[in-house]
Amino acid sequence: MIDIIDELALYFQYPFVRYAMIVGVLIALCSSLLGVTLVLKHFSFIGDGLSHVAFGAMAVATVLSLTNDMVLILPVTLVSAILLLCSGQNARIKGDAAIAMISVGALAIGYLVMNVFSTSANITGDVCSTLFGSTSILTLTKTEVWLCVGLSVVVIAVFILFYNKIFAVTFDEKFAMATGSKAKIYNLLIAVIIALIIVLAMNLVGALLISALVIFPALSAMRVYKSFKSVVICSAVVSVVCAMLGMLVSTVAGTPVGSTIVVVDMVAFAMFCGIGMFAGGVRA
Amino acid sequence: MAQIICEDVVLGYEGKVVVKGLNFSVFCGDYLCIVGENGSGKTTLMKALLKLKAPVSGQILTGDGLKSYEIGYLPQQTTVQKDFPASVEEIVLSGCLNRCGWRPFYKKEERQIAEDNMNKLGIGRLAKRCYRELSGGQQQRVLLARALCATRKMLLLDEPVAGLDPVVTVEMYELITRLNKEDGITIIMVSHDITAAVRYASHILHIGYEPLFFGVKADYLNSDVGRSFMAVMGGAVQ
Repeated sequence: MIDIIDELALYFQYPFVRYAMIVGVLIALCSSLLGVTLVLKHFSFIGDGLSHVAFGAMAVATVLSLTNDMVLILPVTLVSAILLLCSGQNARIKGDAAIAMISVGALAIGYLVMNVFSTSANITGDVCSTLFGSTSILTLTKTEVWLCVGLSVVVIAVFILFYNKIFAVTFDEKFAMATGSKAKIYNLLIAVIIALIIVLAMNLVGALLISALVIFPALSAMRVYKSFKSVVICSAVVSVVCAMLGMLVSTVAGTPVGSTIVVVDMVAFAMFCGIGMFAGGVRA
Repeated sequence: MAQIICEDVVLGYEGKVVVKGLNFSVFCGDYLCIVGENGSGKTTLMKALLKLKAPVSGQILTGDGLKSYEIGYLPQQTTVQKDFPASVEEIVLSGCLNRCGWRPFYKKEERQIAEDNMNKLGIGRLAKRCYRELSGGQQQRVLLARALCATRKMLLLDEPVAGLDPVVTVEMYELITRLNKEDGITIIMVSHDITAAVRYASHILHIGYEPLFFGVKADYLNSDVGRSFMAVMGGAVQ
């Protein structure tokens, strides 16, 4: 045990480990906040779909050898998020089918483009690291860390300022619209934030595993807590704790960061299920 | 002056006309019941009144100081809501949202309005309870309290007793009548339940039937459409 703490202390002397920790915690926090809304709106798969879109965009950006691939990834993901979340009930192709279609399509195009045009010697390695998270979380520059901190602050601020509106739109969109709330704008806002979080989180856990960060903390919190506010707070706490634990374990054990965090999230979910069944639910 | 005036309104979706020739007005303190078979366009009319859907032609005007967003709405329950982790208080308070504008948080007086409405509907002691653990009748009261937070003038109720047991159904109808009589809130109710409609409502709008009927209850009971519909539904009314 002492050995492990010593080893961790050693790791934390390196700035890149501290950076990784900061970014990881912030991403976990942001994704869990919106996760509650997405799960309740039955949009759990949106994280998955959007991250595949981001993957496709990243592949194209790599092939075009853009120096800053964010220029392409962020707008493409944003547009997809808005299309998916705001087309709503009137779309010809409804919710889950639209997401499945876009997600598989983007994945296929991304892989195809990488295979046909890539100049890299290790295509499989490239694809694998974008999908399952790479070591890029450990090679973050100071600018990237600040960018991430800035975006996270924006996401958290928007969430707090629009908390009551997000609740109303999530619980009953029609009522909100009928009584004069600008539900469409709030939906747009949710879509934009989700896209931001997905693009941020790609660095941490990779495209395939983002939806785990979005849904697991929310689902865990919903097992035990029964008011919207307590669910949101609990899921934020669970998410941050799991992300920290996951990163610590992966540093010490040398496991991949993304999948380790997801496994920790799964363990937490199992625990919360247990608590929920045992306590019959806490009054909160 | 009427609170709502429908002039030659035609409703439909995707190019298909569902109801046409809708002409009626709702005055302050009226209790209007909209009846008709399934698919006759009751829900479409409801959406049009709430400005969620534009009519194909004709116009729906609001007057007498009623703004279009001042219509409190009691929707049918959606599947999302049946498993939603939210306390009664949070839901009722969300009815005050249209008072906020861009202000991010609720003011003290809005919390007071929410509390008053909960007490009025007898759910004050349930404030901290979880919505999904309540009975059907209690859930309807929560949604009704929320609607009251959004308005003091008009309530639009979409099948308010669907899925409630007979005792709770009567309680619900009596609650609605009280809001109409004591607080002077205009009620527009969509219902399958013709027996209750003619018992509680002051006016009836019967759609999905040519010619449409709109008028006070007594005339409805003496009209052809009223008599035949009552006979079909087996409604025994004095």
